Amino acid sequence: MALIELAGLGQEYEGRHVLKDINLGIDRGEVFALIGPTGAGKTTLVRLLDLLDLPASGRIYFDGVDVTLSRHHRLKARRRMAYVQQKPIVFSMNVYGNVACGLRWRHEKKEVIRHKVESALEMVGMADCENRDAKTLSGGETQRVAIARALVTDPEVLLLDEPTANLDPVSVSRVEEVLEQIIAEQKMTVLMATHDMPQGQRLAGRVGVLINGEMLQVGSPNEVFCSPKSREVAEFVGVENILAGVIAEKDDDLVNISVNGHVIQAISDYAIGDKVHALVRPEDVTFRLSKDPSSARNVFEGEIGRMTPIGPLVRIEVDCGFPLLGVLTTRSAQELELTIGKYVYASFKATAIHIIKRRN
Amino acid sequence: MTELWDAIVEAVRLIVSLDPEVMEIARRSLAISATSCTIAILICLPLGSLIHFRRFPGKKLLISVIQTLFSLPTVTVGIIVFVLFRRVGPLGELGLLHTPVVMVIGQAMLITPVMLGLIISALSGVDRAVSETATSLGASRFQMMVVTVREARYAIMTAVIMGFGRAISEVGLSMMIGGNIAGFTRTITTAMLLETSRGDIELAMALGIILILIALVINVALNRLQQK
Repeated sequence: MALIELAGLGQEYEGRHVLKDINLGIDRGEVFALIGPTGAGKTTLVRLLDLLDLPASGRIYFDGVDVTLSRHHRLKARRRMAYVQQKPIVFSMNVYGNVACGLRWRHEKKEVIRHKVESALEMVGMADCENRDAKTLSGGETQRVAIARALVTDPEVLLLDEPTANLDPVSVSRVEEVLEQIIAEQKMTVLMATHDMPQGQRLAGRVGVLINGEMLQVGSPNEVFCSPKSREVAEFVGVENILAGVIAEKDDDLVNISVNGHVIQAISDYAIGDKVHALVRPEDVTFRLSKDPSSARNVFEGEIGRMTPIGPLVRIEVDCGFPLLGVLTTRSAQELELTIGKYVYASFKATAIHIIKRRN
Repeated sequence: MTELWDAIVEAVRLIVSLDPEVMEIARRSLAISATSCTIAILICLPLGSLIHFRRFPGKKLLISVIQTLFSLPTVTVGIIVFVLFRRVGPLGELGLLHTPVVMVIGQAMLITPVMLGLIISALSGVDRAVSETATSLGASRFQMMVVTVREARYAIMTAVIMGFGRAISEVGLSMMIGGNIAGFTRTITTAMLLETSRGDIELAMALGIILILIALVINVALNRLQQK
């Protein structure tokens, strides 16, 4: 049995189902990222995992014990876990006192507390701040103190809820460094809720996509990001080209999909007549000014409708008879002298397309 | 204006000369109010925590009743305590009427609703995230309650200051159940009443100024404690 097992877990607030039939196992030592848009139910699930709330339905097993049954079991299980909230609060005392409180509540000896608190503060780079009033810390510092406060109790499970939300980029990278270090050195079980997909991809070994209270897909980051199982997951993981079509022809694995009268070639197991969505990541679309021979099976001419700069990249929307979105570096776009209204050839490989079944 | 000025001069003289009678009355007032305040804290802190943290039917109604009792007239408490402790009353055998002990009991009864209500309100003012953070860090229910009370300490201190202020400044209760016996149950407020009826306005006002000074010193001391 997994260290944490969720069976048919559901939660309701004021008659609204915020979590529906969640079944999930998290193994000892695993780093699991729970991703999903804001309001998907991530925090609700993490709060249930930390046993702060009781589920409306279903069971939570921690190390084989159903912890939904008694307060005593919940306290015992909770003392083996630590939870860093999205907006952690600090108690009105100094940094040392804040980090030490979990150990004091476990009746640890003074010298043990001192040693562990100093090590934890060292780990998060806050060793110089132990006498500072915790209420005067910045957002990033508060987050690091919250992580130290969680780690100091040597938890078997670390629960993180949006650990870098509301932080500036410098603080984000510092907190991520700390998390990477913990994951690498401490081998603890980590569950991290985040709406920052790349963060989940960077830190986790397995990812679960929670949308509208439903766990729509669980798998490796590569599976989830490159082979989403549904349109909702695809949209969330950044597949912006979702082309509705029908399998028109099939030759072994190679299929021709009819999209708005255009034929897209892809690799798929689906049969002729199946209604599908062809998913193409914008990064897999390339642009040329002439129809040069290329290894890509899918080449379409289209007019540039919109160009949106995003940092060092430019998003280019092309009307090829169906809308197609790609990204280019700003330098490449300048070299190709791309402008709105210009005609270009957009291409993508058959292997770059992921096909999912369409419901209607 | 002359009376006020004379009262200030008299107050300064009484304080500087450490007038034995005034000092004794002031000491007694302070002792009775501090004791009643301590008893009220010992009752209100656990009771207020219990009411705040527990969920039970009628909780809102109970809090409303407590808040209504904020304006409990001192003479009402005086009558209740008098009826309880008079010679033929249910606690008459204890022989406590017209003693400092019964004054302490009366004052504690008087300030308990104020202190209790303000403590509940202080705990309600603490961010729910505090108790949740403590719980998630492995605090037991009692440890979680302690940390929440700690977070509310400034507001709780205000409740204590309010309670002490009401105790030391009340007169009706002390008069009714203390009896204003010289050298035994006379407090600053009952002495002021007596001196006023005797026509010694200057002394009465001087005692009033001393009462305000005591309240000021206590407030400053508690505020210092708050800031630590």
